[in-house]
Amino acid sequence: MEETTSNAQNSEANPALGKPDKQLRVRAVRGRFGSYGGRYVPETLMAALQELETAYAVARKDKAFRDEFHRLLADFAGRPTPLFLAERLTQQLGGARIYLKREDLLHTGAHKINNCIGQALLARRMGKHRIIAETGAGQHGVATATVCALFGMECVVYMGTEDMRRQELNVFRMKLLGTEVRGVDSGSRTLKDAINEAMRDWVTNVRTTHYLLGSVLGAHPYPTMVRDFHRVIGQEARKQVLKAEGRLPSAVIACVGGGSNAIGVFYEFIKDREVRLIGVEAGGRGHSLGEHAARFDGGGPGVLQGTYSYVLQDLAGQIALTHSVSAGLDYPAIGPEHAWLHDQGRAEYVSASDQEALDACLRLARMEGIIPALESAHAIAECIKRAPKMDKSDIVIVNVSGRGDKDIGILRENVAF
Amino acid sequence: MAIHFKQRPGLVAYITCGDPTLDVSREVALAAIRAGADVIELGVPFSDPVADGPVIQRASERALQHGTNLIGVLEVAKQLRQQSNAGLIIFSYLNPILQFGLDKFCAAAAEAGVDGALVTDLPVEEAAEYLRAMKAHKLAPVFLAAPTSPEKRLRDVAKHSRGFVYAISRTGITGARQELAGDARSLVERLRVHTKLPIAVGFGVSTPEQFAEVGGFADAAVVGSAIVQRIEQNPGQEAAAVSEFLSSLTGTAQEAVGKS
Repeated sequence: MEETTSNAQNSEANPALGKPDKQLRVRAVRGRFGSYGGRYVPETLMAALQELETAYAVARKDKAFRDEFHRLLADFAGRPTPLFLAERLTQQLGGARIYLKREDLLHTGAHKINNCIGQALLARRMGKHRIIAETGAGQHGVATATVCALFGMECVVYMGTEDMRRQELNVFRMKLLGTEVRGVDSGSRTLKDAINEAMRDWVTNVRTTHYLLGSVLGAHPYPTMVRDFHRVIGQEARKQVLKAEGRLPSAVIACVGGGSNAIGVFYEFIKDREVRLIGVEAGGRGHSLGEHAARFDGGGPGVLQGTYSYVLQDLAGQIALTHSVSAGLDYPAIGPEHAWLHDQGRAEYVSASDQEALDACLRLARMEGIIPALESAHAIAECIKRAPKMDKSDIVIVNVSGRGDKDIGILRENVAF
Repeated sequence: MAIHFKQRPGLVAYITCGDPTLDVSREVALAAIRAGADVIELGVPFSDPVADGPVIQRASERALQHGTNLIGVLEVAKQLRQQSNAGLIIFSYLNPILQFGLDKFCAAAAEAGVDGALVTDLPVEEAAEYLRAMKAHKLAPVFLAAPTSPEKRLRDVAKHSRGFVYAISRTGITGARQELAGDARSLVERLRVHTKLPIAVGFGVSTPEQFAEVGGFADAAVVGSAIVQRIEQNPGQEAAAVSEFLSSLTGTAQEAVGKS
């Protein structure tokens, strides 16, 4: 979990904010990725964020903390996850060799558990025994509920009522684990509104509570810290592909909501300039504002929920509603490090529509016996488009960030046999 | 600088502009000034008001339903300035200002006769460009101090604030409370060490007793959600309802001060 300097260079200055201070360009000391990131929160939270930043800076250098983190990743979460050669899909598409990074095999069914273990360990170090979290698809909520049960912590998860409807299985799982799920009825009743409500809780109970944010979003240190806890995905994948093929992949593909699984799998490959990093956003059901969650296709720089990044918004700076068939991608902002990777041209971002994701989900189920989460199905959809155009000597890694059990209800509504 | 508190405690009145319309907001502001408000905080509605409780969230939604934006809020400020010398502060989340343009916003606000601004989610660390633009247009940046702010932060908040400093009475979101937390008094005492500026206490002030209580240890009280609630509950008679409510606060305060 050591700091790297790859996010050290300056990107285009934001014309509204002016040029960032010189010191901000040097390193992500204050959580800047180029001009993106930062810490835009009410004063009441500033001390808590500084405390968290300090606690994390100490913990990441503490061998005991790292050992405990990796022990739980292995023994509790089930790491390392396999890198699986999808032979039938490869054969059918007739292009690049397709490997699937099987984060869907982790305990609780998605990559989210990596970050939850890390932050719960940190909360325990800070003496905070009450945990709050937001959740969209419910995967982060379930992972949070799980680590809170493991550590004996009180847990409250905020979830939009629209998402509770879409992901009722996960709501029940959280309750089984002893977590209180609080429905949020404001705005679009999805992930963004759940984060608003979690922030309101945190502002109120900040002295006793740790906010276990579930993606590479929010104010510093969250985007850096959450990325570090997920770096293990790319570290494993890089080793695994070198072992299996003796060379690096041509491309790594991941879906991007806030962007935690994507940054986790990308990060280790950033220095390998020949590896294309491809993030897949939710194209939803159309191109107009409100119909999708593709921040790089219609969004622009802005501040939402503590961080400066690409945001879907109107001209007056009001945050737009979003739509995606997958609750985990249904969010109007993207993690600030992705904004920076985008502007640098180091990663490219595309989108897959609801229908493409549903089709990809079915295809992976039929071809490989793996039902991916609808979020991950967006990455599969991009792979299906791209692999046939690639050479047979090319290798593609697709991060299957979660499994699709939670989506059975939506699949039942949308898939005709 | 028109930020001046005539009495103790002074009264800072917050309204969410455009709730229910910009015209009503202007009338409510004028009524508040007549009822003794020294400073009007003109709230810019935002889609994701993370620091606000349900009352101001609902007001923001109502205001946004008919497209209230920063330009409209500045227009209200301009009209108020033509009729009053009261202090005028733009109260906003950062993103609407950012999209408008920091410098353009400051220029337009100064042009409209606004005295200052308070940006809820812009802490001093992130405010360098904002402070430059505010200074260039002779506007007063008002920053928040919280009960959780350590000494160093209080010093920075005091150092960069102009006009007054806004002390948050307790951790939490905006909204009326039964009692003011003991946090408020100690925060004002800690803050006083770092500044000679007036200190206004906000978050939860809603009764004549609380208003008078704030006068015992701070220079001014900010009343927000309690005003917005009266606007919500008195459609068609917003200004009269707010006027009556604020008069009850200021009247009681003067009485209490007189007795002591």
